[in-house]
Amino acid sequence: MEKNVLLIEDEPNIIEAISFILSRDGWSVATHSNGHDAVGVVQTQLPDLVILDVMLPGKSGYDILRELREGDQTRSLPVLMLTARGQVKDREMAERAGASRFMTKPFSNAEVLEVVRELVTE
Amino acid sequence: MATFNVLVAVCLIYVAFLFVVAFAAERAAIRGRSNWLRSPLIYTLSLSIYCTAWTFYGAVGYAARSGLEYLTIYLGPSLVMVGWWWILRKLVRIGRSQRVTSIADLISSRYGKSNLLAIGVTILAVIGTTPYIALQLQSVTVSFSVFSDAYDVNSHVQSHESNALLIAAGLALFTIVFGTRNLDANERHHGVVMAIAVEAVVKLFALLAVGAFVVWGLGGGVSDILNRIDSSEIGDWEMRGDRWAGLIFLSAAAFLCLPRMFQVMVVENEDEGHLRTAAWAFPAYLMLISLFVVPIAVVGLDLLPAGSNPDFFVLTIPLATGNDGLAMLSFIGGFSSATSMVIVAALALSTMVSNHIVMPIWLSASGGGASVSGDVRHVVLLSRRISIAGVVTLGYLYYRLSGGGTALASIGLISFAGVAQFLPVLLGGIFWRGATRLGAFAGLTVGFVIWAYALLLPSFGTGVFISESVMAQGPLGLSWLRPQAFFGIDGMDPLVHAILWSISLNALAFFVASLIGFPSPLERLQGAQFVNVYEHSSTPQSWSGSLAQSEDLMVMAQRILGAREAQRLFEREARRQGVSGLLPEPSPDFLQVLERELAGSVGAATAHAMIGQIVGGASVSVEDLMAVADETAQMMEYSSQLEAQSDELSRTARQLRQANEKLTRISEQKDAFLSQISHELRTPMTSIRAFSEILRDSEKLSEDDKIKYSSIIHNEAIRLTRLLDDLLDLSVLENGQVTLNVQTGQLAAILDHALAAALTGNGSERLHVTRHRTQEHIALTTDLDRLSQVFINLIGNAQKYCDADYPSLTIDVGVHEGALVVDFVDNGTGISKDDQAVIFEKFSRVGEQRANGAGLGLAICREIMSRLGGDIAYLPGQGGGAFRVTLPETRVTLAS
Repeated sequence: MEKNVLLIEDEPNIIEAISFILSRDGWSVATHSNGHDAVGVVQTQLPDLVILDVMLPGKSGYDILRELREGDQTRSLPVLMLTARGQVKDREMAERAGASRFMTKPFSNAEVLEVVRELVTE
Repeated sequence: MATFNVLVAVCLIYVAFLFVVAFAAERAAIRGRSNWLRSPLIYTLSLSIYCTAWTFYGAVGYAARSGLEYLTIYLGPSLVMVGWWWILRKLVRIGRSQRVTSIADLISSRYGKSNLLAIGVTILAVIGTTPYIALQLQSVTVSFSVFSDAYDVNSHVQSHESNALLIAAGLALFTIVFGTRNLDANERHHGVVMAIAVEAVVKLFALLAVGAFVVWGLGGGVSDILNRIDSSEIGDWEMRGDRWAGLIFLSAAAFLCLPRMFQVMVVENEDEGHLRTAAWAFPAYLMLISLFVVPIAVVGLDLLPAGSNPDFFVLTIPLATGNDGLAMLSFIGGFSSATSMVIVAALALSTMVSNHIVMPIWLSASGGGASVSGDVRHVVLLSRRISIAGVVTLGYLYYRLSGGGTALASIGLISFAGVAQFLPVLLGGIFWRGATRLGAFAGLTVGFVIWAYALLLPSFGTGVFISESVMAQGPLGLSWLRPQAFFGIDGMDPLVHAILWSISLNALAFFVASLIGFPSPLERLQGAQFVNVYEHSSTPQSWSGSLAQSEDLMVMAQRILGAREAQRLFEREARRQGVSGLLPEPSPDFLQVLERELAGSVGAATAHAMIGQIVGGASVSVEDLMAVADETAQMMEYSSQLEAQSDELSRTARQLRQANEKLTRISEQKDAFLSQISHELRTPMTSIRAFSEILRDSEKLSEDDKIKYSSIIHNEAIRLTRLLDDLLDLSVLENGQVTLNVQTGQLAAILDHALAAALTGNGSERLHVTRHRTQEHIALTTDLDRLSQVFINLIGNAQKYCDADYPSLTIDVGVHEGALVVDFVDNGTGISKDDQAVIFEKFSRVGEQRANGAGLGLAICREIMSRLGGDIAYLPGQGGGAFRVTLPETRVTLAS
């Protein structure tokens, strides 16, 4: 059965790249590109995995994640956080907010695939 | 013929006369008609108790043995009176302001009202004075026997010892009767002072009479006597510098420190002004009394058989020449000298013994001041009387022990050297605030031990206290500790040796221990009050109490001062406080006054302890210590220096804090900037990496996809390059490292160039630009490329962000307040008020769309305009996005 991945990211080129990689591996990819209604979209779609950017227009990835972790249905949803800010404190903030995994941009495509598979199998 | 019995009768009559004088003086003082009692003349005469039987009899003996050396004993006090009157004035002022009752009281009061110190000083004073009292007893006893030997052969049965005992008892009785008739709050004895003033006149008159008789009666007038002096041994006598210096110092020190001198000079002093008169009158008195000493000695040596005791020439010359009347006068003079000294010494010592030893013991034994029943005054008086008897008895015992055979002068000098040990502590106490109780103890102990070991004990004769072997080889064979040759320094006069070592080591110990120890608060308080006595009109407070304690204080005061006196004091204080009723509030002021009053009766340490028992608690408050700290100008200056330093320090601290805050802010900004740059760089790099991997790994990509993905990589690489260019540009502009390429050009041409550069690529034709060419004929002298860069940026922004269906941009040029103004206004929704505040900051991309700029454009524009001396600002209220670029007039030349 095809697994659903929701990608929340505002850079069109990165959306295109990740969509391509995951689709090619057999995932069903939905995308969303702003922070305002991201929580609602996740709760409606209830995907198998969320890939979440930190710097989103409207609401930051951390805030979105915190809200997801408060909701019953999304409490233990696997969430892979992506950020272009590679400092230690960014990783710490992601962990505190409840990220399942955390990756710094730029990433290798193989790595993304591996982590996505890992998170969904768990 | 003068018989022994007549002599006794004359003595009794003379004593009765003194009683009458003393009694009359007391009566006059009580009736308030005592002005003549308080004259400087009486004060000066009372000081003459310095001249005791030692002077009257002993000086002649001294001169016969050692020539003019006897003068040193009078030179010392004269120097003090003339040259050191300011020390006396300070002592008198302190004595008055602190209600000092004795030298022990003064020292204990100065060093924190320590009763232990008072006891020590008292004991030492008694030990030091005892030989002196013995000397008086000896002289009176011997003078009796001189008479009895000469006239009354039968009286030989009457031993010297019983005479001495009778005389001692008589003197004790007189002192008790007049010294302790009542307990005067200020410890002044008008009767006694008057009696000794009369005795001063009598002894001077007697000695002058004998002198005149010797010069003009026996000799052939002044010139004859001078010749006889020249031809006698005395004329040949050689002056010894060390002994002179030592003795002058010693007599000066003793003059200040002798308990009886302190009594008449300080305690009995009525008026500081009297010192002015005494400063010349007392040296004159001393000069008169020593005037005929050498003539009497010379004539005595000539006239009387060899081996006669020269100490009694004053008596034996008139007797040998059959002048009974003169002999009797001389005897009375000697008797006066001795009795006045014993009376005042006994009085002074008994005050000390009673206040510092008997009363504290009695008070602690009976359970404290407040709980005592009955009138304490009786106890005080009784203890004084017993003390007087005790002091005189000690003198008698010393006389018996020492055998009565010693020359008068040497006994006197031993005594002088003993009391001189008070000098460092006394002077240190009134002139040096750093002097401490520990120092006082150390100095006094060292001084007295050396004095006793080197001078007092050997005076009893070798073998009595100090064995011959110790004298010769030192104790336990330690030769450097030989009593008369410390540290192996031989050949010094024993007296000078003892003075030198005892006083110098005393002073050294006092000084060193004072520096080592730290004074208690009360010591510091008292030290300040003593040293700065002239500045203290009122003294700092040292007590505080509650109203409930007033009654207890009243009860205690009544017992010591007497009911009437105490009530008067309390009423007066209550009135002064403005309190209704008889009991004043136990304010610190009142307690201070009360303590002083009580101190007048029982001494400072005891009074302090008694009030402390009632009021309890800490006797010195923080405020007092602050007062002490504030007292001297030095302290104030020091404190203001500290304050200045403290101000400076806090100013420095503030600057450091501000600098630190600034650095922290800058550091935070730097972190945020780096974080932003990281984000801006990583985002395009992410796309580049992802698509390049896709191109590399995917074999089944369509040709279209390949082109599409390659284009993305290409565009992102350009974006990355532009970002780096912008960053470098901004960095250069911000650091001020930019070099402006100033040229002159037309505004219209610059706008043409900017529009052409900005409006390229896809969608550029959508933006409609409106210009007013007539406004644009303006010549500019500035960096035209940089200005163009700003214009390009603004036009580019309008093209990218204007969200109108038909985007248009209006460029409006004008001169506003002498400056060139170029406005760029589009027809979009514009920028919200919140965002307007941040658009010129780095990386501030606002709005939803956030096209692929890094958010550095406007920040660069702002930096450029600032370098060009102009400005760029958002222009609110224009309908759409609106920016105004301003250049100052100096850079603008309107085209003709």
